Amino acid sequence: MKNKYSVFSLIKNALSQHENWQQAWGNPEPKKEYEAIIVGGGGHGLATAYYLAKKHNLKNIAVLEKGWIGGGNTGRNTTIIRSNYLWDASAGLYDHALKLWENLSQELNYNVMFSQRGVMNLAHNLQDVRDLKRRTHANRLNGIDAVWLNTEEVKKFCPIINTSPDIRYPVLGGTLQRRAGTARHDAVAWGYARGANEMGVDIIQNCEVKGIKRNGDRVEGLETTKGFIKTNKIGVVAAGHSSVIANMAGLKLPLESKPLQALVSEPVKPIIDTVVMSNAVHAYVSQSDKGELVIGAGTDSYVSYTQRGSHNIVEETLKAILELYPIFSRMKMLRQWGGIVDICPDASPIISKTNIKGLYFNCGWGTGGFKATPGSGDLFAHTIANDEPHKLNAAFNLNRFVSGDLVDEHGAAAVAH
Amino acid sequence: MFLINCPFCGERDQSEFSSGGEAHIVRPKQPTELSDDEWAEYLFMRKNIKGIQFERWNHIHGCRKWFNVVRDTSNDKILSVYKMGEKPPVNYK
Repeated sequence: MKNKYSVFSLIKNALSQHENWQQAWGNPEPKKEYEAIIVGGGGHGLATAYYLAKKHNLKNIAVLEKGWIGGGNTGRNTTIIRSNYLWDASAGLYDHALKLWENLSQELNYNVMFSQRGVMNLAHNLQDVRDLKRRTHANRLNGIDAVWLNTEEVKKFCPIINTSPDIRYPVLGGTLQRRAGTARHDAVAWGYARGANEMGVDIIQNCEVKGIKRNGDRVEGLETTKGFIKTNKIGVVAAGHSSVIANMAGLKLPLESKPLQALVSEPVKPIIDTVVMSNAVHAYVSQSDKGELVIGAGTDSYVSYTQRGSHNIVEETLKAILELYPIFSRMKMLRQWGGIVDICPDASPIISKTNIKGLYFNCGWGTGGFKATPGSGDLFAHTIANDEPHKLNAAFNLNRFVSGDLVDEHGAAAVAH
Repeated sequence: MFLINCPFCGERDQSEFSSGGEAHIVRPKQPTELSDDEWAEYLFMRKNIKGIQFERWNHIHGCRKWFNVVRDTSNDKILSVYKMGEKPPVNYK
């Protein structure tokens, strides 16, 4: 039984120099067999294991992670959470996640530092204005809070934005979702890991999947760097490496894996208390609790698994940031990094069964999966446990690329988000 | 970030080029006779290889010509460049 975190446990451990904190999750060797194995120990994978154990009563579950948990895209994103998507299917999916975020710290007894500071999306040309107003209306019809702000209101909400009409891409207005915001990404992985481990889930790090054993049209187990593990339910949540795992099972996915970059500045005093995104000039910025500006750049246009990304992408992003925020012109950037994102042709995810029995994929989140972490885990767990999708992820099946029933979110999600 | 040896212009910065994705996906000869599965395969399904990949590039800010590249996507090393219509080099699998 894990000790509950509280102000009392904090005081108690402070008195013993913080040397006696209980280990948050174990480090077991894999068993010979599991009821279900989740491949990928990022936020989505750990959340899947957590909800499988909690809501679907599976107890014998393992999460396999080739590196360390939360060391992939979970720890590399810019932590933005929002649900203002255009289409009904996406609105349902992302707002389900947002509702889970609102109670996640209590649910996990782990402070994920969820902060509903609002997300503002800027419009810089007439088409942006039309698209964003349409999106605002669509959001409100789906019960998602969204308001349109004119230029003066944008300036009032975030005074450091340059709203002068003579800049290259003047700010013509923007949308605001007040329930949106940010969270601490590492804490999300750690909170789910601790919660899942408490219910008996084995979290096995440094264990890479090398092959999928099939018997006809069903799976029998996984070849890993720690030996063969038997199971008849495999949930793959491997983000940029989804295609690599799919190839092991002889499957092809509609994905392309590309490097997406982000960077942070030196820490400064509070200057921007919201998240501002701009599709047209392709820049987004927020400020972490440490005071660093967190800046998102774009993806490279080519397939790569290098976790780096090109310098010209960073240059273009910073040009856009400086035009919108001249106040940042003398800030120094501290760190830059890349993650590999798996992008679907319609910029919507896949949470789906496959034509191989017992093999499930949760992938294609592209540039914006972090925001969906709790919802993605919950719905994927439902799909694995029941061998049927939940009604909220039914539209996000693999078959949509055959039927043509795509969920085209390029308007809401074409940029990194 | 890397240099690409354009077969027409020589070595230039990658930012001058645009990526055209996986190479050698054959356009269907009889589009009217394709099944939905075959359309999905042609339009959407990609190998998305981690390792040696054959791909198309366009020198968009240069000669604007298309050509093929063999690149290792795990380290961005370019192994070979060849023109459209030429057979892919056989020493890479």
